[in-house]
Amino acid sequence: MLGGWPPPVLDPAGPFAGPVTVVAWVLFVMGAVVLAVVLIALGVALFGPRKWKRRVGGERLVWIGGLAFPVVVLTGLLIYGLSVTARVSDAPRDGEMRVRVTGEMWWWRVAYLDGQGRETVQDANEVHIPVGRPVVVELESADVIHSLWVPRLGGKTDMIPGRRNFMRLQADKPGVYAGQCAEYCGGPHALMGFVVVAHAEADFEAWRARQAAPAAASALPGAAVFGASGCGACHTIRGTEANGLAGPDLTHVGSRKTLGAGILPNNQGAMAGWIADSQGIKPGNRMPSYPVLTGRELRDLAAYLDSLK
Amino acid sequence: MGKIGAAVSAVGLLGLAACADKAGAPRDLAGADPAEGLRLVRTQGCGACHAIPGVAWPQGRTGGSLAGVGARPMIAGRLPNQPAIMAAFVRDAPSLLPDTGMPPMPLSEAEARDIAAYLYTLDDD
Repeated sequence: MLGGWPPPVLDPAGPFAGPVTVVAWVLFVMGAVVLAVVLIALGVALFGPRKWKRRVGGERLVWIGGLAFPVVVLTGLLIYGLSVTARVSDAPRDGEMRVRVTGEMWWWRVAYLDGQGRETVQDANEVHIPVGRPVVVELESADVIHSLWVPRLGGKTDMIPGRRNFMRLQADKPGVYAGQCAEYCGGPHALMGFVVVAHAEADFEAWRARQAAPAAASALPGAAVFGASGCGACHTIRGTEANGLAGPDLTHVGSRKTLGAGILPNNQGAMAGWIADSQGIKPGNRMPSYPVLTGRELRDLAAYLDSLK
Repeated sequence: MGKIGAAVSAVGLLGLAACADKAGAPRDLAGADPAEGLRLVRTQGCGACHAIPGVAWPQGRTGGSLAGVGARPMIAGRLPNQPAIMAAFVRDAPSLLPDTGMPPMPLSEAEARDIAAYLYTLDDD
């Protein structure tokens, strides 16, 4: 399992997670205060002196404590909460980096966009960002409602079929930040993890250049196994004949942090296990297990995919 | 035959200290750390193919369960279960069994020995 998972939810690492954490604490403290007041009133009503009981039993208290107070407090909290989160979720402005993340059952399709919203680079299950500046994530769904949540970098935001929501992520320091689908989306929903990798600016540009390049031609025997097994019907490896769109783009799969959407570490062993028995590891996911390969073929295939850095 | 008997016969057969006693790592794995081995087993994703005591999830089916692996006479049904062989197999199985489906793992020799040390704690006691 990826280090840092499950991610801490009250430990913000950027300016869009900070306000959400503050809102969470304000709501929690307000709730605690109101609970304490109600319990004290209840104690007085049950066990207090007769004079106090008469006071908490009066109609005036119901009007004030039961109607006026909640209306004022909840309205205030609503305005406060909306003012804090408005900056987090409005549409992209000129010059902001844009990434589209599309929720699929049960993985994330990722595309980096240019200023006009055209796709420049495809990836899956992880988003790479430069540190210190906001990145607008455009959230869509290909099937059911999902929700993208990277607790240390931003608020949880739903992906709703037919809609486009926005969220901003920003990391103050380079690092790997774990995320998770936070809206039940069927079957292996709990195994729909996500990763944000924050780089220093120069490292990010180098990563983007590598990611945009097609895969180099490979003489590894696994490349032939990949073709003969029909993997290309669902997966694209840019630079080869594999051009399927149903599953994640594998052009640089060997450089990803995880396999199976944030659930397995990425090495040849986990890759082989995933290919051979993806249904045993993530039951119900859309990739069939492949119990048709010899040991050598399986190993060659894993070595080939691992080489796609 | 008790643990001592098993150890004596293993020594007699192979001239190696066998690992019948859970208290200490086998001599070939001197200095190896089973706790570190378990941590590596978890972070390397060995569970993708193996059900392993100590790893809650995943419990892979491709490579078979490793419960009791420390007490089995053979590794993968093909190799003698000796500590040095176990450590080498964990790290680069195809160098020992060219037809195996188990890929080489990105581990140092020391890491492979730690993992082997953990596997020898899985002896069905």
